[in-house]
Amino acid sequence: MDGSHIATPPLVEVDDLTVRFVTREATVHAVNGVSFAIRPGETLCILGESGSGKSVTLRALMRLLPPDRTRITGTMKVDGRDVLAMDRRALGAYRGGLASMIFQEPMTALDPVYTINQQISETIIRHNGGTKAQARARALELFELVKIPSPERRLDAYPHELSGGLRQRAMIAMALSCGPRLLLADEPTTALDATVQIQVLILLRRLQKDLGMATIFVTHDLGVAAEIADRVAVMYAGRIVEEGPVAEVLGNPQHPYTQGLLASTVHGQPRDQDIQAIPGSPPDLRRLPSGCAFGPRCSQAMLACRTIVPEPRHPAPGRMARCLRVQA
Amino acid sequence: MDHPTLTHADDADPRDRGGTAQPLLIARDLRKHFQVKGGPATLFGAGRAAVRAVDGVSFTLFKGETLGIVGESGCGKSTLARLLLHLIVPDAGELIFDGDTVAAPDGITVRALRQQVQMVFQDSYSSLNPRMPVQDSVAFGPYVQGRSQAEARDIARDILVKVGLNPALFGPRYPHELSGGQKQRVNIARALAINPRMVILDEAVSALDKSIEAQVLNLLRQLKRSFNLTYVFISHDLNVVQYISDRVLVMYLGHVVELGPVDAIFDRPLHPYTTALLGSRPSMDPAHRIDEPPLTGDPPSPINPPSGCRFRTRCLHAEPICAATVPVLGAWLDRESHVAACHIQTPGSGHSQAAAQGSA
Amino acid sequence: MSLTSAAASNWEADALPATKVRSYWQSVGYRLRHDPVTLVFGAIVLAIILTAVFAPWIAPMDPYKDSVIGRLKPFGWRGHILGTDELGRDMLSRLIHGGRISLMMGLVPVLVATIVGGTLGIIAGFGGRAVNTAIMRTMDVFYAFPSVLLAVAISGAMGGGIANGMIALSLVFTPAICRVAETATAQVRNLDFIEAARASGAGTFTIIRHHVLGNVLGPVFIYSSSLVSVSILLASGLSFLGLGVKPPEPDWGLMLSTLRQSIYVNPLICAVPGIAIFITSICFNLVSDGIRAAMDVRM
Repeated sequence: MDGSHIATPPLVEVDDLTVRFVTREATVHAVNGVSFAIRPGETLCILGESGSGKSVTLRALMRLLPPDRTRITGTMKVDGRDVLAMDRRALGAYRGGLASMIFQEPMTALDPVYTINQQISETIIRHNGGTKAQARARALELFELVKIPSPERRLDAYPHELSGGLRQRAMIAMALSCGPRLLLADEPTTALDATVQIQVLILLRRLQKDLGMATIFVTHDLGVAAEIADRVAVMYAGRIVEEGPVAEVLGNPQHPYTQGLLASTVHGQPRDQDIQAIPGSPPDLRRLPSGCAFGPRCSQAMLACRTIVPEPRHPAPGRMARCLRVQA
Repeated sequence: MDHPTLTHADDADPRDRGGTAQPLLIARDLRKHFQVKGGPATLFGAGRAAVRAVDGVSFTLFKGETLGIVGESGCGKSTLARLLLHLIVPDAGELIFDGDTVAAPDGITVRALRQQVQMVFQDSYSSLNPRMPVQDSVAFGPYVQGRSQAEARDIARDILVKVGLNPALFGPRYPHELSGGQKQRVNIARALAINPRMVILDEAVSALDKSIEAQVLNLLRQLKRSFNLTYVFISHDLNVVQYISDRVLVMYLGHVVELGPVDAIFDRPLHPYTTALLGSRPSMDPAHRIDEPPLTGDPPSPINPPSGCRFRTRCLHAEPICAATVPVLGAWLDRESHVAACHIQTPGSGHSQAAAQGSA
Repeated sequence: MSLTSAAASNWEADALPATKVRSYWQSVGYRLRHDPVTLVFGAIVLAIILTAVFAPWIAPMDPYKDSVIGRLKPFGWRGHILGTDELGRDMLSRLIHGGRISLMMGLVPVLVATIVGGTLGIIAGFGGRAVNTAIMRTMDVFYAFPSVLLAVAISGAMGGGIANGMIALSLVFTPAICRVAETATAQVRNLDFIEAARASGAGTFTIIRHHVLGNVLGPVFIYSSSLVSVSILLASGLSFLGLGVKPPEPDWGLMLSTLRQSIYVNPLICAVPGIAIFITSICFNLVSDGIRAAMDVRM
């Protein structure tokens, strides 16, 4: 992270975040020293596969991880406030008020026994006070903002009465209800159909620009990252292995993992050839290999990669890659 | 690079009945409706709604090809997959496997069909019996088909090698100890252990990470060559379908809306829905983002679909004729034909953009 | 110096997660061995069962030998560690011998109900709607009765006695177990691997034998093991009411009943059989809870 590019103070500052899940049987090193900063109004896309630690990072930012099993070190600051130091009351104001989250599966993220209006109004009243009528009016506004057709009728519907795309829009409306400055999105379009996914992506892009929210968007889909991100951070085995503006990371990847991801994503490859797949599988987070976590699968690995964890290198301003082959 | 133990199949399959000219599978007008469990008002069947999951689907499947089936939720592709194996019995229509009608008195029995056609399921937590070691799951098929337990286990071990899993290391394991990609290889092994001629892959790579998806796709291609298989590849991911398919079938709300060779479908789509679907793929280039979604709204529910052409409620070119008449697919029997169920494509249909009767 | 790159083939080159290869049942055993509460109470249950099995050799005195002068004597009187009952018989020996019958009436009905109820539940879960309705609605009729009432009614109608008591209790437990088995079967029935088994060409019985049983036995066993303590209590209740064991057979419930009037003379002795029932029930409950926890956890 090159400080010279940050003119305005960052909204989100995460420094050396480490998350471990400790059980009697094993310790899972989910996140291992993640640092990034986000300016207000900027969209960062965290790109990674399962086990990369991307969802855990997001949930750590909202303090949604199970407290008895989780050990978090490092600092997380949103709008100058230390998230790890927040007590229950501060957390309550923070969640939904300053930072909001939308999830992958709207059916499980919405309570099935309450109408959408009841759920949104509850959030609004909890954060901003006011009467039920005022909250409902605001919910209606939000439904129009997220382009839900027939909003009055849909407000009084139960989650199971809405289709997948509408549920996701309702969840977005709920997340935006108290004007958060930071939106956390955990693969919100993965479970949607293609024609609905593109609608929701465009909607999110527009909302984020109009409302000036900073967004952290977690996904495993490179196309989604290309559509929505300003900057991209690629995660592997709990570390950010590459970071930079989206066009540069996708167009000129520096880290072998990013290169492998791009090569193995099916997108117009010739039909008579094998796809260049990354061999092997992601490492077991209970027993990370020494040195670079990607080393065992890397076609460009050197002997040093087995022992040294690469520190962040900056091949260009605003770009970072954790690879011994990248010239700083 | 081919795996050393996989070789190309040179001999023709002894079970082949009609030669290459005969399609391996002909589906004719398949139909399946599910009754919706209504409340008291529909207790006696009055106006009971039905989910018209598959509503008149016809296509041919040629030997040695990969037919990709694409569509969104509610289009009926998963139901169709199960109809092809008679896991769900069709309400109407017929299935002809290598010249024999399935479940007909003089045709091929379902049991015999299942010796030649198998299915690979999506990798979910329930695709493998959680209380069975993986090699037993794979050996179950051959065992049921009449082999002894020892023979079945040998076949299972052999197949596990062919899908890239070391049987000594992976055989005794339980599904929860395997990664997604490994589980999917087991699913593929389970289907191939019976030595089928045709494999239906129902969203077989959808739940996998992209890098693992690439591995499994490569494996599927190799296995197809080695075992001389015919694939039906069902997916919602257009990019994957484009890569692996020879021909593509597009479904919408229980109907086939377009069918043709893969390049024709992807380069020159005929049906407005196909065009919209192709245009919904996120661009990989941040400099050329999609500004407007090609389609608005959600796919409608297959309960009580729109009359006439089911896509007309979201189609930019809809006209009164589209509500009145169901468009017909056209010549779907040939390998090369590229047809769409759209009034614009049908000469003399009455649509303003259609060609006049008797032309083309 | 660069390492040779991993072969760009489909071979799974990586090692599996470094956990010891353990079968499901081995891992259940592992968790049980490391659960101190279950181990302790499991040991107590084992001790109780062994005491009952070897009663003739363990009991210090003859449980039937009565004595007119030595009635309701306190603990420790002339070598009777737990005193004597209202007919002068040694409490400890009667307790030990009584354990045989009480445990038998606790375990046998549950076993029978598990087999019968389990089978019916699997048939109901796998059969069509007609079969399911026929079986489950019949079970519902029995299930609607409070268990004590049902046990008393059936046992009374059959004339009492140990065998009839066990039959009555079996009938009481069968519907509940049937329901558990049916639910478990219905849940398993729709899973993908069952469909895959059908696609392999397997018939219904083969599927049940290979795929369903293993997944259904777990929940059924957990539920049944929690019923053992209930069965002991109900059996004691039946004997208390005079419907189970007939005197002079020792049985904890019967002992409670006959000692009832003597509560003003020597209350402590009257509590002894009750305490035995209580301890046995609790131990079985805790052990079944521990087994449930061990079987439920999946990595």
